[in-house]
Amino acid sequence: MLYREAGQFKTTYQADQGIFPIAQDRYVVWAFLAVAFLVVPFFVNDYWTNAVLLPLLIYGMAALGLNILVGYCGQISLGTGGFMAVGAYASYKLMTSFPEMSMIVVVLLSGGMTAAVGVMFGLPSLRIKGFYLAVATLAAQFFLVWLFNKFGWFYNYSATGQISAPERELFGVVLTGASAQTWVKYLFCLTFLTVFALIAKNLVRGRLGRNWMAIRDMDIAAELIGVRPLMTKLSAFAVSSFYIGMAGSLLFTIYLGAVEVGEVFGINVSFLVLFMVIIGGLGSIVGSFMGAAFLVLLPIFLKNFMVDGLGLMPVMAKHVEILLMGLLIIFFLIVEPHGLARLWQIAKEKLRMWPFPY
Amino acid sequence: MSFLVETILSGLMAGVMYSLVALGFVLIFKASGIFNFAQGVMCLFAALTFAGIIEKTSLPWPIAFMLTVGVMVAVAWAVERFVLRHLVNQEPIILFMATIGLAYVLEGIGDIVWGSDVKVLDIGLPSGASDFMLDQFNIYIEKLEVFAALIAAVLVGFLAIFFQKTRIGRALRAVADDHQAALSVGISLQTIWVIVWSVAGFVALVAGTLWGTKSGVQFSLSLIALKALPVLILGGFTSIPGAIVGGLIIGVGEKLAEIYVGPMVGGAIENWFAYMLALAFLLVRPQGLFGERIIERV
Repeated sequence: MLYREAGQFKTTYQADQGIFPIAQDRYVVWAFLAVAFLVVPFFVNDYWTNAVLLPLLIYGMAALGLNILVGYCGQISLGTGGFMAVGAYASYKLMTSFPEMSMIVVVLLSGGMTAAVGVMFGLPSLRIKGFYLAVATLAAQFFLVWLFNKFGWFYNYSATGQISAPERELFGVVLTGASAQTWVKYLFCLTFLTVFALIAKNLVRGRLGRNWMAIRDMDIAAELIGVRPLMTKLSAFAVSSFYIGMAGSLLFTIYLGAVEVGEVFGINVSFLVLFMVIIGGLGSIVGSFMGAAFLVLLPIFLKNFMVDGLGLMPVMAKHVEILLMGLLIIFFLIVEPHGLARLWQIAKEKLRMWPFPY
Repeated sequence: MSFLVETILSGLMAGVMYSLVALGFVLIFKASGIFNFAQGVMCLFAALTFAGIIEKTSLPWPIAFMLTVGVMVAVAWAVERFVLRHLVNQEPIILFMATIGLAYVLEGIGDIVWGSDVKVLDIGLPSGASDFMLDQFNIYIEKLEVFAALIAAVLVGFLAIFFQKTRIGRALRAVADDHQAALSVGISLQTIWVIVWSVAGFVALVAGTLWGTKSGVQFSLSLIALKALPVLILGGFTSIPGAIVGGLIIGVGEKLAEIYVGPMVGGAIENWFAYMLALAFLLVRPQGLFGERIIERV
């Protein structure tokens, strides 16, 4: 009754091709963005921003990037952690070498550099497929982490081997470093995510995205009808790594501030982001965010529930948390292998019939 | 010269240890097409259970070993009953992610039941340097590694007979060949899966015992799965000889690279060298050394 397209007439092709053809969808999205941009910054405290919002936005960006590669182009990658590290170290080198550079440019350039690295490690995908490729991308993961650990140039020969983000301002407000306020960080990440989610949505609706999906569904058939596998696969790797690199850059500069590569960008991150993509829904932009939200919130919830609620010892709670995470992941895969995005879609379809389903 | 021989020999021995882990992967992939990431954690879990039973009950180790085999069979049954059965016909990546979830579950259970501190697993396996080789050829070799190689040889022989000669083995190969055809001649997929996961659990127990004796039973044991993956893609996902040969190549390559290439680039390259080696091989043969030829049709 409330949510259906009946009576909404479109008089231009432009309106017909809108991202959200149903007006109610548009209202909800605008309202959501308005709350996120105009209301939330005034009400968040440090805990919420640091524990929930920033990781959600940043991992959302990474999941979005990986979803482009895995969900839209069908190339499984386990190198996400390594690519995020590239983004982080690129921004570190840029920030320390060019102190005048604007943070927006830094993040974008870091993404660009990661894209270049991603294309390089994407080259084997032209010959290797499926799980062979997945394992081959682990080479990128281990090699990149080793590289950043081994060569002092990447961390400016600091004694600890860590990199830490220097203080930078954007439009006269401190954005990075210890004295930055959380609402600034939040807005910066949110803006990036919004802009690039929009770009991603339009990419996957367009020619490039359709090429990706053709390659995903059957690469040989796609090749026969004239999709060039070289350009398509490499562009998927490039775009995906660009997003992942930006996520790594944001994670380091905005969120963590100081990073030790093996801990923050280890193989666990690769799996975590892949889980976000799968639980959220392969081949769905909004699913990436749902997956990120689910896997960012779940550990916090479990931890609070067990340590505060049940009074378990923190060490024991950690073990139980791992166990429960595993169980929930298996449960979700069994209940809805197509992820939260599919649940969302089903809910919307039901809502369109409501209250008189046939 | 003897240094080179020593390096190659120790590489071969290390390779055997990798092969043992890779073997478990191959068994499951062959029979069900599932890329079982939990194999490494299964090694850890089996070794933890084995060490835990010995520690808690002070039973003699053969009995504890049999008990652990029982536990691994129970795990296999539970995996089939509660996970795989519900995921039939799903895409491979979904099954892959489910096995990662399984890895978390096993890790959690192992830690909760047996604690997360390092356990010593000592069941009287030979250890230390082999005096014979040291005296005769002036070559240093760990007894345990020789023993592991022997065990691996016996295990592979046993598996080969099991696969080629027994009724169950034939059924397993039939399932590996074609699920639907196997179903239509009356082979129960569910039973086969339980059996194959049990066999993989047994292999994991053997591998876990050897690794555990070598370096103590602790969490890092589950990371040997990551060492076994390049072995797997090098040898081919579907080939048991591939797992062995791949393991030997990776073992030797890794040791040689560590000594001759490592110093040039600053060392500690063993984490990624195996992957790069496997990647280079794959560019020439995308299905791995012994993998089935990939034939694609539109």
